[in-house]
Amino acid sequence: MMDDFLFRAVLGGVLLAVVCGPFGAFIVWRRMAFFGDMLAHTALLGVALGLLIGVDVRIGMIATCLAAALILAFGQRQSRIGNDTVLGMLAHSTLALGMVALAFVQGVAIDLMAYLFGDILAVNAADIWLLGVGGAFALGILTWMWRPLLALTVSPEIAAAESIPVERLRLIFMLLMALVIGMAIKIVGVLLITALLIVPAASARFFARTPEQMAIGAGMFGAAAVLAGIALSWHVDTPAGPSIVISAAAIFILSAGFAPVMRKLVS
Amino acid sequence: MTAPLIEGRDLILSFGNERVLDQVSLAIHPGEIITLIGPNGAGKSTLVKTLLGLQKPDSGEVVRKRGLTIGYVPQKLAIDQVLPMTVKRFLTLTRSASRTECEGVLGQVGAGHVIDAQMSQLSGGETQRVMLARTLLLRPNLLVLDEPTQGVDVSGQAELYRLIDDIRRELDCAVLMISHDLHLVMAKTDQVVCFNRHVCCHGQPETVRQHPEYRSLFGVREADAIGIYHHEHDHEHDLSGHVVGGCGHDHTHDHSHDHHHHAHDHGTTVKEGAGTHQ
Repeated sequence: MMDDFLFRAVLGGVLLAVVCGPFGAFIVWRRMAFFGDMLAHTALLGVALGLLIGVDVRIGMIATCLAAALILAFGQRQSRIGNDTVLGMLAHSTLALGMVALAFVQGVAIDLMAYLFGDILAVNAADIWLLGVGGAFALGILTWMWRPLLALTVSPEIAAAESIPVERLRLIFMLLMALVIGMAIKIVGVLLITALLIVPAASARFFARTPEQMAIGAGMFGAAAVLAGIALSWHVDTPAGPSIVISAAAIFILSAGFAPVMRKLVS
Repeated sequence: MTAPLIEGRDLILSFGNERVLDQVSLAIHPGEIITLIGPNGAGKSTLVKTLLGLQKPDSGEVVRKRGLTIGYVPQKLAIDQVLPMTVKRFLTLTRSASRTECEGVLGQVGAGHVIDAQMSQLSGGETQRVMLARTLLLRPNLLVLDEPTQGVDVSGQAELYRLIDDIRRELDCAVLMISHDLHLVMAKTDQVVCFNRHVCCHGQPETVRQHPEYRSLFGVREADAIGIYHHEHDHEHDLSGHVVGGCGHDHTHDHSHDHHHHAHDHGTTVKEGAGTHQ
């Protein structure tokens, strides 16, 4: 029999990986990895704010991620300061602000490591519900705007010429990303979420011929990494979040090595 | 006259202190072929992007006819290696189409063999053909082409222009084309707009060819001017691109009396005529 907590960990992790797949593919295509990182960093501020105001920390994390995405979306409209600089400033100042704010939270012992590296084995039923509903929502919207979003990723000029609302789609995508990252912190943590987004997508690139194949492949590789990571953690007693990321990296290395062999076999 | 498909009115746009569009008005009517010519750095692409709605002007407005479908062929399409994309998938980028339809339009542009190839593996000419095929699927009322023959060799260029002409006839659409290649373009076009941050002159190819501003913008001996502009001005642009004298759009006066011809550098790669008028 599988233990309850293990079952929840597997279910939550696989759900998250499936949601992260297509989002990760877009992050890789649109070169937004640093943006994802920045959003994750702000989540810690959300934890602190949640505890200070007395709101559920999950809501706090999602809210601050959404707010950071909005600030960034409008911050990018100026050109005096480069995007990477704006991202870096926001990431580090919100992380610092989060740490300072946490110092004001009294009477609660906070497991900082759990927020930095995730605590998938502590996933509870409410987390699963949040992931299920939030994940379905995010994936649903992404599917709905898939074609226009992909068109604007290929060429904003073509998209704009063909009456695709470029700015609006960009903003919606950033907000969805914020939602996904806000939900994911509990499982893989602030420092590892970007890895779960981009590493499976990068692995899937080796085998994909179309964007859709890459997105679905990313979800599958992500799920495999979650399963392998939890297994590793279970048998060797390693920390679960980092184990998942190590598994994802191992899958990437295998893919990179295996893809040329497969191409030879096919041709 | 029928209402224009798309119209820009008094468009003004500056990047920093540099004025790129200076009170530009341009309308494209159904069935018209308009060719936009001008030196490098004249803001041609910026004007087109503004008309397409990708670039917001500082002032002025762009009016699109309701239900207008635009097929846009950008100057360069660099599909990144990180994004796997077959030609078939690219053709259905903004609109779905069956494999048979895709094969049909690819055949029409002479690129039937690349349907399963990756976009990143195509040559420059093949990419242009695939982009033209995509516009065939869209069935647009307006085809916008930004230097469609860039990166294509000379024999390929003539063929591409023929292809564009075929496509235009099949779709019965208006065409807005940015071009460098004056001669190939002139033969087919209804209207030439000579552009350098503002509309210097426009009209039928023959009218424009004889227009003093055209002659000064592209050099009197335009016969040997393909790709190289003997760039002289009968009016000056100050640093922000404002016209400071000479032009004023009053083209009735005799330009030969205008003695302050200055060959000057816009900070672009425009090649200057080496004082040929002195």
